[in-house]
Amino acid sequence: MARQSNEAFFWVLFSAGGVVAALLIPVQLFLFAIAFPLGWLPAPSYEHLMALVRLPLVRIYLFVLCCLSLFHWAHRFRYTLYDGLQVKHLNEIIFTLCYGGAVIGTMVAAYLLWTIA
Amino acid sequence: MEMAETITLEIARYSPEQDTAPHFQSFEVPVHKEWVVLDALNHIKDREDGTLTYRWSCRMGICGSCGMMVNGEPKLTCATFLADYATKGSKIRVEPLRYFPVIRDLVTELGDFLGKLKKVKPWLIHPSQAPLSQGEFLQTPAQLERYKQFSMCINCTLCYAACPVFGLDPIFVGPAALALAQRYNMDSRDQGSGERIAVLAHPDGIWGCTFVGECTRVCPKHVDPAGAIQQYKLTAVFEWLKSFITPKGQDI
Amino acid sequence: MGAVKPETIRVEYAEFHPRWYRPPVSVYWWLKQRQYLTFILRELSSVFVALFVVMTLFQLWALKKGPEAYAQFQQWLQSPLVIALSIIGLFFVVFHSITWFNLTPSAMPVRLGGKRLPAFLVAAPSYVAWAVVSAIVAWLVLR
Repeated sequence: MARQSNEAFFWVLFSAGGVVAALLIPVQLFLFAIAFPLGWLPAPSYEHLMALVRLPLVRIYLFVLCCLSLFHWAHRFRYTLYDGLQVKHLNEIIFTLCYGGAVIGTMVAAYLLWTIA
Repeated sequence: MEMAETITLEIARYSPEQDTAPHFQSFEVPVHKEWVVLDALNHIKDREDGTLTYRWSCRMGICGSCGMMVNGEPKLTCATFLADYATKGSKIRVEPLRYFPVIRDLVTELGDFLGKLKKVKPWLIHPSQAPLSQGEFLQTPAQLERYKQFSMCINCTLCYAACPVFGLDPIFVGPAALALAQRYNMDSRDQGSGERIAVLAHPDGIWGCTFVGECTRVCPKHVDPAGAIQQYKLTAVFEWLKSFITPKGQDI
Repeated sequence: MGAVKPETIRVEYAEFHPRWYRPPVSVYWWLKQRQYLTFILRELSSVFVALFVVMTLFQLWALKKGPEAYAQFQQWLQSPLVIALSIIGLFFVVFHSITWFNLTPSAMPVRLGGKRLPAFLVAAPSYVAWAVVSAIVAWLVLR
């Protein structure tokens, strides 16, 4: 069988990230960035959030959410730059900036979640 | 809504001997309730300007020859009724299919598309030749249903005229060719998916597609090329994973 | 190397064709058609997905630093510019969710008894899952 490109790998990450982002981001964004700051719902206390974040399952959940969402962005944004701005000739730079950004974000998430408590 | 008696067609003209770029020429055409844009073009060519150049053949939506841009939308001109545009004062703008080089007037160059069709090997590949005495291939209705939709393609290239990925970089294999490859991949009689994968699972193949979905929207035969491409992306992922557990060059 | 045999000489015929017109594609191609604009907006929703992650990372950092830092973070979230960005972001991430769930049936045809299920039936479980998961997260955060 002839060798295939490794695009399949990035597409899987994009897809997984797309599902995770679609299911999980709206509620979390609504609560923390809109409902709580505007006082529509009572904001959870610092202690309650820390108790949640100490749970290993919650940390894994947040890590997966952040990591996959970033790789979803990286893939989609990379192709938007190719198509929208017609800058395909810069594809090595774009590739590095997009996936590099996702990798850095993932590492920051890993560090924060590992050391938070 | 009141139907006008005549309608203006603004038609793109381009003569390679004289022009460096296309310009528009207007014609008044009578509106008959059953006329399509192709009838209007034929009327113009018969009675007003015999130099108007365009492709057409079956005039019933099966040959795929008469694709053109009608008011900015890729359409089969034999299936686009004047009556739908004929309100007082409206015009019909007819241009060659978008994103293709223009040879003359409304005629586009299709050599690149035909080359891509050939590249995806749109025929049954059956290396294990069974002798004739074994009889014909049998296929159940359920097996037929798996690929039948993709077999409806008439190669009209309206999908290419709708696809911005192809428009931005014509190296993209494109909706029709990829859907046709999938038509054969899903055919129970075919054993050639291994021969097609190099062309399909390639950055210029399915991975170039960003699922804009315009190809599916404009397809006159409801082939759903976008669906075919996304389905193959899943297949390609499995093949890519399999390629790590099988030795190089071996089929699983 | 001897003389070249006549039958091995390949004659390449230059393909004659008239000067083709190649229409340029504008860099504003995505503004020329409603469906193209919708597509680009759908793709740009990924930027707000990434911004959400950045906000979450800031939130985690603030939690890690302590109650005062977290209070400051909450105050920052209340500033008008951030609220505006969050509302816009919410529209985009919900737009992402809806377009995503509506498109997945195209990639995964589901057949029952030989016939293909209509797209909205295949998409429905995703919406149910979305509602259920959102309810669970909200309950965990609010209780």
